[in-house]
Amino acid sequence: MQAFLQNLINGLALGGVYALVALGYTMVYGILQFINFAHSEIFMIGAFAGVLSAYWLGGLVEPGWLSLSLTMLVSMAACALVGILAERLAYRPLRSAPRLNVLITAVGVSLLLQNLAQVLWGSTPRLYPMLVTPVSFHPGPDLVFTNIQLIVIGVSIALLVGLVLLVHRTKLGIAMRAVSFDIEVASLMGIPTNRVIVFTFFLGSALAGCAATLYGISYQKVEPMMGVWIGMKAFVAAVFGGVGSLGGAVLGGFILGLAESFTVYYGSSTFRDAIAFAILILVLLIRPSGLFGSVRKEKV
Amino acid sequence: MALEDANAAGGIGGKRIRVIHYDDQGRSDEAVTAITKLITRDKVVLVIGEVASSRSIAAGAIAQQYKIPMITPASTNAKVTQLGDYIFRVCFIDPFQGKVMAKFTREFLKKTKAAIFRDIRSDYSVGLADFYTQELKATGGEVVIDVAYSTGDVDFKSQLTSIRSKKPEVIFLPGYYTEVGLIARQAKELGITAPLLGGDGWDSEKLTEIGGDAMNGHYFSNHYSQEDKSPTIQAFIERYRSKYNVIPDSMVVLGHDAAVVAIDALRRAKDTSPSSLRDALAATKDVPGVTGLITLNEQRDAVKSAVVMKVTGPKTYGYVTTIAP
Repeated sequence: MQAFLQNLINGLALGGVYALVALGYTMVYGILQFINFAHSEIFMIGAFAGVLSAYWLGGLVEPGWLSLSLTMLVSMAACALVGILAERLAYRPLRSAPRLNVLITAVGVSLLLQNLAQVLWGSTPRLYPMLVTPVSFHPGPDLVFTNIQLIVIGVSIALLVGLVLLVHRTKLGIAMRAVSFDIEVASLMGIPTNRVIVFTFFLGSALAGCAATLYGISYQKVEPMMGVWIGMKAFVAAVFGGVGSLGGAVLGGFILGLAESFTVYYGSSTFRDAIAFAILILVLLIRPSGLFGSVRKEKV
Repeated sequence: MALEDANAAGGIGGKRIRVIHYDDQGRSDEAVTAITKLITRDKVVLVIGEVASSRSIAAGAIAQQYKIPMITPASTNAKVTQLGDYIFRVCFIDPFQGKVMAKFTREFLKKTKAAIFRDIRSDYSVGLADFYTQELKATGGEVVIDVAYSTGDVDFKSQLTSIRSKKPEVIFLPGYYTEVGLIARQAKELGITAPLLGGDGWDSEKLTEIGGDAMNGHYFSNHYSQEDKSPTIQAFIERYRSKYNVIPDSMVVLGHDAAVVAIDALRRAKDTSPSSLRDALAATKDVPGVTGLITLNEQRDAVKSAVVMKVTGPKTYGYVTTIAP
């Protein structure tokens, strides 16, 4: 039982990161119907921004939560900037081009960012600073969790709730949903579609920045290729939940994190990555549009 | 430095030794190109290299094909010298480190219950783990759990949770420093107190940078220790430091020993043809290297002892003991 709870906590902490990254994929897809493959690299940039900003801050700010929040803000800002730049320079000029062109451009942006990071920061793994001193809690002899895991789970849930409120309760959220429903009609109704799209990129990328900070304090290792696997898993989570659905992406992320954690514990670590794709194939066979995906008529 | 000494002493048969070197950029394909160039264009009589096992295997196949003797300083994978009778090494082989740490577990730490946490994607790690298991069982120990991870993983909590539930007295972790550092951190977070044991894959300044103080108190085997009080080692360190202003690491020392063995063979060989050089190398016995007296066995592997180090703080390791083969 305690082993079960232990894996539950480990899995939720991992799933929280997946969920935050998955949201970025799903939001952009919901509005533009294209997969922003560069999203995983935006996550990576966020992690590097965290490493560098903590280096510049140089431990000037004492309480852990403050340096954590500051670093997270820097990461979010860096990610948002890169996300908006990618949208403005690479995707917007192709807005009316066939969707495949944008997709390939996204792969290009992703490779560009990976190689840029290698040139700028080298390929040797960097160490994410310990922003928060880890404290372990022992509720049982075989059950340990740390304040870091609690922060990860807490922050990711808080952000998810905030995002859902934003999309469903604010004017901007209504605009986003309108653009997602039909971009041309929305613009005829006087919604500034370009601004809404920029905002979507801003939001999705900023969430990737949060995810990068949470990932950094949990797993410490930062390198230019780190986005590849996380991005892949988060993408699976997004598809699993139904691309375009916020709740689906979140649920997908948590389920994937838990599935990995339990597979490794009860099965073998060699199946760890296989499980993500096994889940994906199963879901696509049974429900081609994902758990919460709505079947839409293909737009012309 | 060994080559300077030899040349200063008049070279071999009145001839000076000339060194030609190429950089293979850490890639197996470049290693193959470099060694082919050395052999066919520069007509070398002997090759020293490569450091990493995977690249030595790629380059060794070429050396064997052209029948040019090759000495690798630090490739510890057993397969390297199995390529053929022209391939030699001056370090011990991976399995030996597994054996060393098993002996260390039983004789020095006096523990019986061990967990194994191996990197399933690395030949090095799997080799060490297998030999550790074999030796531990032969000496009355027990492996209570054997789990795996893959190079590049960052989350090890599930495996560590499994390990924790079996309550081992030691955890054998024959991986490389990046994963080892992360594992040590997560093990500490999960409240695991059993010492971690590993091989020379741990030896890097990054180990304690990544693992932080979670690395303290864990042990690993290595080729040599800067704190070994042997006068040869201390003299070498002093000389190297005055010349290059850094403390030599294992790679430097092994590279030096490879050159010493090569020069010794060149002196003993009746001529500089590759085949007589090969015969001279195969007969290497008790050559005084920095890491101890080097003898090559019939598998062309060096027979010598390993040291066990304990991590005591940031970038500092304490010498614990020497384990003989």
